[in-house]
Amino acid sequence: MPHRTFTLFILPSMLAMLLFIALPLLSVVVQSFFVEHAQVLVQVETCDPFGCKTEIRVDAGAMQALNDQEPQGRFNGLGTYLDSAHLAVTELRAIWAGAPDMATGLSQTLNLPFYRALLFTLVYTVVVSPLSLGLGFLIALSVNVLPRATRGGVVYVTLLPMIVPSVIGALTLFWMIDQNGIIGAFLRWITGDETLSIKASGALAWATLFAHGVWSNAPFVFIVFFAALQTVPRDTLEAAMVDGASRFERLRLVTMPHLAPIATFLMLILIMDNFRVFESIIGLTATAHASSLSTLIFFALRGDTPLFGSAAATSMLTVICIFVLLLPSLRRARTSFRTKA
Amino acid sequence: MTHRLLFAAVTAIQLGTGAAWAECPADATGSVRILSNDFSALNAINERALSCATANLTVTANQTTQHTDLQVPALTANPAEYTVKFGANGSITALLTAGLLRPLDDLVAKYGQDLSPNQLIKIDGKVMAIAFMANAEHFFYREDVLAAAGIAPPQTWDDVLAAAEVLRAKGVMQNPLGLPYAPGWELGQGFVNLYLGQDGEFFQPGTALPAINNAKGVKALEMMKAQAGYMGADYLSWSSNAMPPLLEANTIAMTNFWGSESAEVLPGTEKAPTAAPFMRLAAAPAMAGYDHPATTIWWDGFGIAKNIPDADAEASFRVMMHAIAPELATEKPDLAVWLMKGYAPTPAAAGVIASVQGGAPAYPTVPYMNLMHTAIDGNIVGYMKGEETAEQALADAEAAYTAAAREAGFIQ
Repeated sequence: MPHRTFTLFILPSMLAMLLFIALPLLSVVVQSFFVEHAQVLVQVETCDPFGCKTEIRVDAGAMQALNDQEPQGRFNGLGTYLDSAHLAVTELRAIWAGAPDMATGLSQTLNLPFYRALLFTLVYTVVVSPLSLGLGFLIALSVNVLPRATRGGVVYVTLLPMIVPSVIGALTLFWMIDQNGIIGAFLRWITGDETLSIKASGALAWATLFAHGVWSNAPFVFIVFFAALQTVPRDTLEAAMVDGASRFERLRLVTMPHLAPIATFLMLILIMDNFRVFESIIGLTATAHASSLSTLIFFALRGDTPLFGSAAATSMLTVICIFVLLLPSLRRARTSFRTKA
Repeated sequence: MTHRLLFAAVTAIQLGTGAAWAECPADATGSVRILSNDFSALNAINERALSCATANLTVTANQTTQHTDLQVPALTANPAEYTVKFGANGSITALLTAGLLRPLDDLVAKYGQDLSPNQLIKIDGKVMAIAFMANAEHFFYREDVLAAAGIAPPQTWDDVLAAAEVLRAKGVMQNPLGLPYAPGWELGQGFVNLYLGQDGEFFQPGTALPAINNAKGVKALEMMKAQAGYMGADYLSWSSNAMPPLLEANTIAMTNFWGSESAEVLPGTEKAPTAAPFMRLAAAPAMAGYDHPATTIWWDGFGIAKNIPDADAEASFRVMMHAIAPELATEKPDLAVWLMKGYAPTPAAAGVIASVQGGAPAYPTVPYMNLMHTAIDGNIVGYMKGEETAEQALADAEAAYTAAAREAGFIQ
């Protein structure tokens, strides 16, 4: 394809990417460097059904004038990134200067909101991504050996977790693991521990979140692997059979190498997706036990006083973390594509 | 002092003149768009507002518990997405801070003949909102269960804990207490109640700097943990609307939640039909050593958006005057503690009125209170779960608040 044609060909998608990805990202970067103007506070007489009193209020007129002048707010540089709600540089230094041993220092570090969220997000990603990949692969293998007539129905049922909105799935699970829900009550019965509560135990709450993550991810992995399985070269498989390769050997030596690039691709997608874990924490009302970088962003933007700078800084840190996490996979993808070429 | 004013208002109103029959404004034209919280009293008001729609007047209402997330962006737009915003003393602050409400003095003079003076929320001499109901979190208990165990109605939180212990010891109920302690807002509100119940100060005098890491803060947290000891293990996922089913299931016999939801556990409710005949309402329990209920009192009202045409503002105000007309208070007296003329308190109002009479403080209105509330809510969970000390939790909350208040421009 001539250079000019190629340029014209990809121009629309480049424009769209610039408009819908690059520019918003840039605005988030800019936003993360700014904070609100210093509030102008005034004492005013306020009367309500409970009587009159003098109260502190924000001078809305003065703030309006300030915001009209400089709508972006005050420049804060990296201040938001470094404050105690994010990287907490000062706090970290104090913790590690005064910590008597590694364990204390670590537990105090994980008490800081950003690092607590980062820990859960990382553990979630590291646990859920490979498990989803494995489970999806197993389902794909199982469905692939089913007789053609039953496949359609089985595929449909298997895809249900993907069809059901994530929040609905989480809410369903939320009621099931209630002490009086079907799973909660069953666990109490089987362990004989009347006080057992999945929602009250941090470890069980994490396990539930992981389970929900695997449950909702597996169908996507399954359908991609299932499609890829149809492209495994028949003659190679048959040749392997003639050579006396067992079922497991055929899987290990023919099918799996064939699917490796797909697996790398799926792993990339899963890591990106799982690092943004959000709906399950909200849906399962598990904010008492787990926070992720995405829930930090959500809560920064919620309520009467949205903290845009804070949300923007956490977003940028999330982007950086995802990039770091993806490095090994990206490198592998590059190697495997190069080997192919 | 202030609470007596409300009580005087609530009772004096009964002697008031016969309510004028506020009709829908038949000649009003334009668009009325309401944004409100979602509970039964507000739903009744919205229904009345919606009934005013004509060929020339459209009336819409968005009832959502997420209203505080929407209000500032929605009313900042010009023209604003909504013309009427329902709010409470806690949530209207953000709109005033952003200067998004219009003064209502001229509209009150023209169309406000049915309003009583204590309904006018005046800030710096200007009417910025119209209140229509009072609210508070207060105590609810099963009279039959307590009486059978020989327990007198508790007055303080220590009494409540003692009562819970008796019920547990007698094998009546293992965890007889239920409180809405789901993190998100309500857990923080639990702390606010118990902290203000000891006359605690959230901020260093004259500044926006936090001041909750003190003996009163620790005591409030210790009380919350003691309460948790008599609650089901899932309590950190309980919100207000979990209380009626818990009462109905005979799981709990005592709770402390919103007066505006009392109709849901009183006779006539579908949510707790067997528990309802035995439910009694009382003031929120006090903290030991303090003589007022450990709760905050609230008013709910509405304001009119600034960024809308004057004609829509006028139509909105007139529709709202019909929606909160005194006849609502006489027709549906059980739904809320109404502030309108002609309201006669019913048993459903007993808890709120007793809390107000008992001297419970109003929820703080300083513009940085919501940041403090959020910071407390998000950082005391660790203590509740036994992962950190009360002092550490309060220090975390102060740190989170300081970072947020600095970013929002309240602390330099």
